[in-house]
Amino acid sequence: MAETIDILTSASLWAAVLRIATPLIFGVLGALLCERSGVLNLGIEGIMTMGAMVGWLTVYLGADLWTGLLAAALSGAIFGLLHSGLTVSLGLSQHVSGLGITLFAASLSYYLYRLLVEVGDLPPTIEPFQALYIPGLSDLPFVGEVLFQQSAPTYLALLTVVVVAYVLARTPLGLAIRMTGENPHAVDAQGLDPLAIRYGAVMAGSALMAVGGAFLTMAAFNSFFPEMVQGRGWICIALVVFASWRPGKALLGALLFAFFDAFQLRLQTSVEGVPYQLFLMAPYLLSIAALILVARRAQVPEALMTPYRRGER
Amino acid sequence: MRLERRTDTSLALIATAPLAAIALALALGSILIGVAGVNPLGAYVHLIEGSLGSRLAITETLTRATPLILTGLAAAVAFRCKLWNIGGEGQFYVGALMTAWLGHSIVTGLPAPLAIAIIIVAGMFVGALLLAGPAILRLRFGVDEVVTTLLLNFVVILFVGLMIEGPMRDPLAFGWPRSIPVDGDLRLPDLVQRSRLHVGLLIACAAALLVWLVLARTRFGLESRAVGHNAKAAAFAGVALPKTVLGTAFLSGGLAGLAGVVEVLGVTGHVTTTLSPGYGYSGIVVAMLAALHPIGVVAAAVFVAMIFVGADAMARATGVPSFIADVILSVSLLSMLVALLFTTYRIRR
Repeated sequence: MAETIDILTSASLWAAVLRIATPLIFGVLGALLCERSGVLNLGIEGIMTMGAMVGWLTVYLGADLWTGLLAAALSGAIFGLLHSGLTVSLGLSQHVSGLGITLFAASLSYYLYRLLVEVGDLPPTIEPFQALYIPGLSDLPFVGEVLFQQSAPTYLALLTVVVVAYVLARTPLGLAIRMTGENPHAVDAQGLDPLAIRYGAVMAGSALMAVGGAFLTMAAFNSFFPEMVQGRGWICIALVVFASWRPGKALLGALLFAFFDAFQLRLQTSVEGVPYQLFLMAPYLLSIAALILVARRAQVPEALMTPYRRGER
Repeated sequence: MRLERRTDTSLALIATAPLAAIALALALGSILIGVAGVNPLGAYVHLIEGSLGSRLAITETLTRATPLILTGLAAAVAFRCKLWNIGGEGQFYVGALMTAWLGHSIVTGLPAPLAIAIIIVAGMFVGALLLAGPAILRLRFGVDEVVTTLLLNFVVILFVGLMIEGPMRDPLAFGWPRSIPVDGDLRLPDLVQRSRLHVGLLIACAAALLVWLVLARTRFGLESRAVGHNAKAAAFAGVALPKTVLGTAFLSGGLAGLAGVVEVLGVTGHVTTTLSPGYGYSGIVVAMLAALHPIGVVAAAVFVAMIFVGADAMARATGVPSFIADVILSVSLLSMLVALLFTTYRIRR
């Protein structure tokens, strides 16, 4: 019990929560943006893997970290374009297309990585994003360590929450995206092109997913290895439902989730005699539990997963 | 430009779809092989030789195809009913784990055929249960089964790890985490002497035939398809929605569980966390390439197995990373989606 309290009051736990939440925040916002426009994007797990690889590789080949992040975003947008082409223009099953993209993006990442990088006994590394030091603030006890010693992408993630929330709720563009997810016919009647809006939202959302993946190789770790995304994409899909498709709640969900993850990690080392696999199962079981809890009152976008064809009902 | 529904779809058109999809995937694969600085044609020759070029190659390909037929059937059955079972991997592993548990302790001493029958039923049952959970969650609470079945894959593999490092650990495996092997009498006999190919292939083919009969000739098959086509209309026409979805879940999960049973009894004899190189996920590719047709699944599974076995041989001979197999298969899945669209729609200007 005393140990649990020690863990809960340590600044390192809460700093880890923010760190672990960062890729999830990007991922869940990306998935949310796609779904708000009416397109389910199950390509997320693969797109995160691709982002992780592309971002890392760009830096490995000599570019700076921000260029790497941009390259990752671009790779995500390209897969978003592919997903839109298949589901928005051709109206194919969003489930199957997304799964196909996950398999494609992940296997292509591994293939290109093996091809372009000489791998010895240890995977090659890059110099990742470092924790920022803000004079004064970073030195504050507890708060400084938790809030003001994070790496730049973590602050970018928090900023993205604000931007996505603002755009969706307060701008004409956001209204158009939300309306496309609810009733594309109405959007069409307004003289806007629902297909173009879906393309845009899916590409932007996929770019965010890829940046989430890139955080893993460019800030959390400094190398790329297969299976490194470890289901985070799927957890993001669950978190979107948990968040009822709202950016603010998405942030909350990602933080809550990251808290449990960081907590179990520390509990693992202090509790003996319990198989470590039980702790590792927790995040996945938790996601399922979260889905069940909120499923009944979930405000699903009305037109989610329905392809739109002009003049067809 | 717009899409217009075809009034009739010829069988020839449906049969060409997978060929077109595969051709496109191989074309893209050849670009990626070219990027690796290897002559694509030469590489594909290695691939074909490695998967069909010798007795060993052929038996290896068919051995690899056996679980793929079953996981492919599992995906096809579920997808037909628009039950998105992405949990084939987990269902495979619970089937395998059940086999390892029963096969080294519970059913030893019984006559082998009876013991094997018990194992098959039990393995299929746990696979079915693992999918029934998400199916019930969808029916009862509207929880999307894609996410739940997928997350359960991670849970199950961790559980397998827990069991084979704990209660089911093989003390004779030199510290290597794997389960105690099943009783020797229970191993499925070889189909071809001096090869790994086992009777499981016949079981898988029989399953394909049986599933085809069930889907094409029974009331359940018709209702399952009707639900997949339009759940609301089917319910309106008097189909009991929960019963049909749950029945489909049982069939699908059972087939994936059977894949795990057959793999353990036929090939390894024990369970490790690397027993499946993604059979559950590849099953989805198999099902799509077969256009969700149970008999087509057999052919598609052999093709997918060819790519995997052949790519390993190609990687050894040319140094092209063997991940190319997954790239080719995932692209053929995507292009098959498009090809299938053009069997039901035509482009009008």
